[in-house]
Amino acid sequence: MLERHGSSIGQPLTRRDGPDKVTGAARYAADVHPEGLLHAVMAVSTIARGRVAHLDLAAAQAHPGVVAVMTPENAPRLARSPDEKEGPVSFRLDLLQNDGVRYASQPIAVVIAETLEAATEGALLLNPRYEAETPSVVLGAGERFTPQMVGAGLPAAMGSGDLEAGLAAAEARIEATYDTAAQYHNALEPHASVAEWDGDRLTLHTPTQGLYPAKARLAALFGLPPENIRIHSPYLGGGFGSKGFLSSPQILGVMAAKLVGRPVKLVTRREQMFGPVGHRASTRQTLRLGAKRDGVLTGYGHHTLTLTSTYDDFFEPASVLSRHLYACPAIATNHEASRADIPTPLFMRAPGEAPGSVALESALDELALELGIDPLELRLRNYAEVEPLSGRPFSSKALRECYAQGAERFGWASRPLEPRQMRDADGLLVGWGLGTATYPAGMFQGEARATIRADGTALVETAAQDMGQGPWTVLAQIAADGLGLPLDRLDLRIGDSDMPNGGLAGGSTATATTGTAVHNAAQGAVAALAALATNDPASPLYGAGNAGVTAAEGRLSRRDDPSRSETFSEILARAGRDSVEAKGQGAGEPASRKAYAMHAHGAVYAEVKVDPDLGQIRVTRLVGAFAAGRVVNPRLVRSQYYGGMIWGVSLALHEHATLDARSGRVMNNNLAEYHVPVNADIPSVEAILVEEHDPHVNPLGIKGVGEIGITGTAGAIANAVWHATGVRVREIPITLDRLLG
Amino acid sequence: MSIPITLTVNGIPRTVALEDPRVTLLDLLRERLDLTGSKKGCDRGQCGACTVLLDGRRVNACLALAVSHDGAHVTTIEGLARDGELHPVQAAFIAHDGFQCGFCTPGQIVSAVGLIQEGQAGDDPERIREGMSGNLCRCGAYAGITEAVATAHAAMAGASGLPGGYLREDAA
Repeated sequence: MLERHGSSIGQPLTRRDGPDKVTGAARYAADVHPEGLLHAVMAVSTIARGRVAHLDLAAAQAHPGVVAVMTPENAPRLARSPDEKEGPVSFRLDLLQNDGVRYASQPIAVVIAETLEAATEGALLLNPRYEAETPSVVLGAGERFTPQMVGAGLPAAMGSGDLEAGLAAAEARIEATYDTAAQYHNALEPHASVAEWDGDRLTLHTPTQGLYPAKARLAALFGLPPENIRIHSPYLGGGFGSKGFLSSPQILGVMAAKLVGRPVKLVTRREQMFGPVGHRASTRQTLRLGAKRDGVLTGYGHHTLTLTSTYDDFFEPASVLSRHLYACPAIATNHEASRADIPTPLFMRAPGEAPGSVALESALDELALELGIDPLELRLRNYAEVEPLSGRPFSSKALRECYAQGAERFGWASRPLEPRQMRDADGLLVGWGLGTATYPAGMFQGEARATIRADGTALVETAAQDMGQGPWTVLAQIAADGLGLPLDRLDLRIGDSDMPNGGLAGGSTATATTGTAVHNAAQGAVAALAALATNDPASPLYGAGNAGVTAAEGRLSRRDDPSRSETFSEILARAGRDSVEAKGQGAGEPASRKAYAMHAHGAVYAEVKVDPDLGQIRVTRLVGAFAAGRVVNPRLVRSQYYGGMIWGVSLALHEHATLDARSGRVMNNNLAEYHVPVNADIPSVEAILVEEHDPHVNPLGIKGVGEIGITGTAGAIANAVWHATGVRVREIPITLDRLLG
Repeated sequence: MSIPITLTVNGIPRTVALEDPRVTLLDLLRERLDLTGSKKGCDRGQCGACTVLLDGRRVNACLALAVSHDGAHVTTIEGLARDGELHPVQAAFIAHDGFQCGFCTPGQIVSAVGLIQEGQAGDDPERIREGMSGNLCRCGAYAGITEAVATAHAAMAGASGLPGGYLREDAA
């Protein structure tokens, strides 16, 4: 293999998509306006269980500008039931195929009109009447069962050793139960579709984290060959998992366009995003930890109870991270669930790991208190040299360095062991806490095509998705190095389903997967070019053989004699070719994936200040140190860590969907009452990029960085709140009423 | 019924015959004037993605009825760069990586321009954070946003001798 890292990978380049994003030129789905566009607005249910008995269609249709009202009576029939799953990780949809209601804010009709104003008013005029049944939405209320699998196909229960014997052998034990709240992704961009049919061909502008799965789902639902469907998704205004799969509103926009035979734009309203576009389920986690006096764990159990819908399966895999993180001879991790009249939960940034981490890290600190051991010391004494359950070695693990560098930067060594020991000049209580961060270094499958052109430029195409993590920039960096071309001679195109499958922007896999595909495609194109030159007696590279040639600055050179070289253009011109192209695949290598455990790691240190009278909590300082293999672009990687850590602040202190148990509705379904951090909530955040070389994870040595920042952070904050106040709050988010109560 | 209104948008007079008095300034810009840089994140003034300068003042365009602002001067994200050259706030957002997905970014940048013109925050990071807290960023780019505003403030003060002098003509 030709190894060519250096000129571009690792550089802190600014975003290539930056100029379009700061000038308003970047076109998101709802910014697209085909000729003759109509506007569609959904009506959603105000009950959580029952059926729609009546809609005032006449009132809506009489409103000036209203073109059509789509209801179960007239909605296009689908080739396949939206309740039919396309595979184990596929979700049932609500596409107006019947009048049933199975959760609050479920779509029940779509009003299509000449203007947005008319469609909005029309949807209000429908004035639905329901046959309502009493809903159940409370965690723990329904019958408990053990799911077949949790998350994306993980076993519900896994363990090793005998937990009860391990706990019996312990000299110190804690058992504690932590509740985490239901959360809604709330990407700033609401789910939107601009759909246009031309006979049986569909052009769709919609944000999705997976263009190929989206295309496949539409093809199945509408009974079309996938090649009849073209989806454009060059920019997502945030995804966080809620755009991983096409949601019901996005497909209703497509159906509305089919119904009226004109292009239609349907944009989900913010309050409607607390329903059909996914959420993170609430959890109740019980941690049982036992250790010897020196802090060495003898057993730990991590049990999760979570909620799912009445009609489909997704189970927040909150106990899973306990399978990977701390060494212990006896570990038991399991999950139970009950059903409720809620929309089906979904993957949300660090699914499982986020709520799991806050519970596990809180419990470890409760154990540290019991033992009188410094929380960092306790984690080091249980450092896993191999993956605890599988016994496999880690492909790389620089967690010790993360602990050390973070502690040094934060000043951890001067932390008093006892709580409520520190105050600032204003009399606020000050506390310091720590949490370990971890996230799997997974890969899906992706493909890319690289074309070297006669003018000495290259085109690289892959249906990758930009949701802010940076593919416009980092894939270009990887391509430039792979091709041996300066970035300004590289044309990268992504976000179009007609391109090769760019994998998923999810599970922190995108750069590893699509980057590997781009790298391989680039190498393939260079190899094709080298074959032309080395087989051509007129070339200075004649006879060098593929492996004897290197590519840099748009030239191929003999490895043994760099003075013998020629440009890409010269090679193609003499061969009479316009271009050479190659495809490359990106996927995990099965043998190394089997042999090694692959995870990114980190350590997060938090300082909070708490008003002793009011209980107001502020996170005044966050320091995270993360090791995630090769850093393709430190500027963008740092931003991913910041974003994740801020999600950790949000999990620990802010986000909480409040369900009304009687109606089953989310009562704070807006951005003023569903709190996420604002700028003033984040006074100081730092991320240290700890060096880590991973020869096994993929050829480029890349692990994902998009989700790990949440893990560790929320627990660090919860622990810091305890350290400030001496009060352990086990209901997350920690709010001032819970702290004072 | 048609209601003609005239707005000066990014320095260009635009006359629109509004067929509907319910049209918000945001929907006028986005759906009728093809100025889609301003974004709709919540449609009720809670996220700031639609922030524009209305007669020099920061407003949530989703809460402003277009008919109420006949004759007003509006500056949107599309009106900040001049002759292909980025506004100092735009350049600073790129330099400090003050965004990820980019959806809240037009509102953040217009809000930052307004904040600098107001002269309320100066280069004090804490006051910048407070003054920018009407603009949500779900990706969590706040650190870069704060640095970008401070940098742009300094650059603009140096360039014109007056903080916020850059856009004064639009605010007239």
